[in-house]
Amino acid sequence: MSNWIKKIASSALVITAMLGLSLSAQAGNTIKVGVLHSLSGTMAISETTLKDTVLMMIEEQNKKGGLLGKKLEAVVVDPASNWPLFAEKARELLQKNKVDVVFGCWTSVSRKSVLPVFEELNGLLFYPVQYEGEESSKNVFYTGAAPNQQAIPAVDYLMNEVGVKRWVLAGTDYVYPRTTNKILEAYLKSKGVKAKDIMINYTPFGHSDWQSIVSDVKKFGSKGKKTAVVSTINGDANVPFYKELGNQGISAENIPVVAFSVGEEELSGIDTKPLVGHLAAWNYFMSVDNKENAAFIKKWKAFIKDKKRVTNDPMEATYIGFNMWVKAVEKAKTTDVNAVEKAMIGIKTPNLTGGMAEMLPNHHLTKPVLIGEIQEDGQFDVVWQTDGLVPGDAWSDHLPGSKDVVSDWVKLKCGNYNTKTKKCSGQNFK
Amino acid sequence: MTFSSRKNTLRLLSFILILLVSVSYSSVGLTASVELKTEAPVVADISFEVATANLMAGNYSDREKAIKILLSVDDERVLPVFQRMLKSKLYYIKKTKQLVFIEKTDGGYKTTSILNNKELGLFEKNKLKKVKVNNKLRRLLRSYIARLGIKSTDVAVRKAAVKQLLKNINEETIAILQVLDKQETNSAIKELVAAGVSIWNLNSNDKTVQLAAIKALSKSLVPEVKVKLQEIIENTEDASIKKAAINSLKKIDSKISTFEFLENLVFGLSLGSVLLLIAVGLAITFGVMGVINMAHGELMMLGAYTTYVVQQMLPEHITTSIFISVPLAFLVAGAFGVAIERFVIRYLYGRPLETLLATFGISLILQQLVRSIFGPTNQAVQTPAFMSGSLEINSIFAITYNRLYIFIFAIVVLLLLMLILKKTKLGLQVRAVSQNRTMAKAMGVKSEWVDAMTFGLGSGIAGVAGVALSQLTNVGPNLGQGYIIDSFMVVVFGGVGNLLGTFVGAMSLGVFNKFLEPWSGAVLAKILVLIFIILFIQKRPRGLFPKKGRGVED
Repeated sequence: MSNWIKKIASSALVITAMLGLSLSAQAGNTIKVGVLHSLSGTMAISETTLKDTVLMMIEEQNKKGGLLGKKLEAVVVDPASNWPLFAEKARELLQKNKVDVVFGCWTSVSRKSVLPVFEELNGLLFYPVQYEGEESSKNVFYTGAAPNQQAIPAVDYLMNEVGVKRWVLAGTDYVYPRTTNKILEAYLKSKGVKAKDIMINYTPFGHSDWQSIVSDVKKFGSKGKKTAVVSTINGDANVPFYKELGNQGISAENIPVVAFSVGEEELSGIDTKPLVGHLAAWNYFMSVDNKENAAFIKKWKAFIKDKKRVTNDPMEATYIGFNMWVKAVEKAKTTDVNAVEKAMIGIKTPNLTGGMAEMLPNHHLTKPVLIGEIQEDGQFDVVWQTDGLVPGDAWSDHLPGSKDVVSDWVKLKCGNYNTKTKKCSGQNFK
Repeated sequence: MTFSSRKNTLRLLSFILILLVSVSYSSVGLTASVELKTEAPVVADISFEVATANLMAGNYSDREKAIKILLSVDDERVLPVFQRMLKSKLYYIKKTKQLVFIEKTDGGYKTTSILNNKELGLFEKNKLKKVKVNNKLRRLLRSYIARLGIKSTDVAVRKAAVKQLLKNINEETIAILQVLDKQETNSAIKELVAAGVSIWNLNSNDKTVQLAAIKALSKSLVPEVKVKLQEIIENTEDASIKKAAINSLKKIDSKISTFEFLENLVFGLSLGSVLLLIAVGLAITFGVMGVINMAHGELMMLGAYTTYVVQQMLPEHITTSIFISVPLAFLVAGAFGVAIERFVIRYLYGRPLETLLATFGISLILQQLVRSIFGPTNQAVQTPAFMSGSLEINSIFAITYNRLYIFIFAIVVLLLLMLILKKTKLGLQVRAVSQNRTMAKAMGVKSEWVDAMTFGLGSGIAGVAGVALSQLTNVGPNLGQGYIIDSFMVVVFGGVGNLLGTFVGAMSLGVFNKFLEPWSGAVLAKILVLIFIILFIQKRPRGLFPKKGRGVED
């Protein structure tokens, strides 16, 4: 009997060891690209797609003849949705596998967890997800949206175009929603919204019983003023939330919900009929009609061998990040982190919505902001978009602590320079 | 398409184009006339075609104008256009600019002309373009459809129409309501209409009418009433009116608070029924057999995936698929349960720590298995029509159907399980083995077989719970993880090895949680419940309903 258990244990060890070693066996004349996305655990649902996107981009670059005459080689590790493991795996990628660049992370906690590792070992991380801002590291390029490229324009849209007067800020209880809601609350108040017209609500990860909260929202919305929900509810909790909205008869015409974490991929797991008309704010939608996007979608479907797979905003951010890195390496003629970091600033590559993304000195991008309404087929129809591109702002102008802080890696060589005290307070602002 | 019909379309097209230009020049004037609401039909047939052609306009504001114009067209074809448009089923053929209704078929999209309901053949999706609507247009369409639906014989449609009218009471809508006030027979609708009329009377110049309206409104629970009364209290200068309004508002508020209490109770019981479903299987495996099964959540996940697979096989029969899924999920999860018992757990009886680790490993294996087969993303499980929507008791209190049915389902499952344990031979043997294994063996009970069957039964019930969960939450590889802690919590709280304890435990935890939530928030409520259970277990380590007798000693 105990023999049997030993067998299981040893085979389990072998399996984990194999996973850890992954594809790193080859060495020599290649450029190594690290992929640090969870392939198991809670976040696998979102992050696996990004791993595949990076692999697709690498395959395509290799077809074009590689980079600087060398082939690209992916080193995939699985941090398993475990935040401390992210740091360990990042260290493994940088020290043991000696990768030249890493594409990875989804949640802010995981990014915060790997940040010290990248700064200590002078690595290069491309982070492809919209986040709460208040950060700018020399070693990280943020290709997702900062709050002023998603949350603030969405609220502007609701306020000016829809005429919303009462606001529900609903979020999952962790750093991204808390910070975003703090920024939004300050912003709304600066626009003259009274405290009694703002309702803030937090729920635990994976919350599934939304009865009371939806009923509260319904009551809050029945006070005669146009009400909207700004949702930073994350991942899995969205499905039961929307189901409950539908069942309690809250339709998008009465109380629209604008979400910052619900994209095409999340919708593909939901029966979208009751959700038609609810909104999402992103910098990319799969339904955007232009040549680049159509080509990207075609490539993606062929690569993943599934006609029904969708594309989403973080994939576009990965696409832009990868293309920018390739351009920067070509410009610098080396993969050396310091040289690439310098070359990155000012690089322009086409985004998938028909414009150009430019890397700014604060390591953030210029992006268009799109508001889309959910359709019955799980796609979004763009109903509004910003006139031009919005430059990403690392430090929000609406929070007292960060108002005076700027990030500039060209002139100031600092991620958090305080314009009042004229001091740079190191890489992590506190 | 034949030649002559194409020629006809071309002729029509050019005609429409000319009209389009003329309309776009005069559209300002036209919309103005719409707002005045002309009762008599404007130029009949041509107008319909022109107005609908306008729907193909490039931006939303032009389309809004087109809809408003269309409303003034007295044509029975208007209503279906509005309805399809609302459902995003109104398209136009890119090439010929013909507006069509579409229907998805295997060979492509079947199109029918909106003008004469003639079929125009099958088209690929990229040859068609949707007439897009946004929330503003949807709101507009819905209110127009409602207005058109006020004469409907269907009570639900009429009720929805009246509700829609209540949102904006003005001279135009009140006229409709006043007519309805005299004709309506349904009491619920009558109440709504009366509320609407009273709201209108609040604006009256006659003080007695005003006072009477305020008094009448004290009985109404329609949300708009509260808003209006609040407005009166804030704006009126007349003391007696203000007093009456405050009085009415107080009455309404006290009624609302009663219903809020009821609502919390219902929410609590519904949460309790979910807890009961996820815990009752565990009450068998953990409670009766003493096996700490960390893979219990994954067995529920298997049940949920069974539902998904059945729906994939029967895409046209969502309702039937749910009913088929229940026994099938029981069998699938039960089979996995028996396998787990036979291959792993039976070697580990009496060693709880090893069981815990082994089953935790199994849970990871099952998750990854599902991930490899179905992919890491969530799968869409559809809700059958009879489970969507809600049962409306009055304007502020409603019970959603899915919760109602899951409550009933949970009770049925519990009763069936009790019946099995109390009345069948298997149940007798299960109880015998769990009370005294050696003695049962001595009496000729095949204890190994009973163990496997018991574990299978508990696992099967977990699968059945999974079917219910597929209607409430995500169907994905992580489904089980979210529920495993809750299910252990309920079983430990209710008393190990006691189904009645599980029932009372689940319901009281659900209600407790829901009464805490409004003032503490969802995050804190969950923590408080956990703290409460820890304290409770300190006082009564064996839960609410402990096992009694000599068998307990161990």
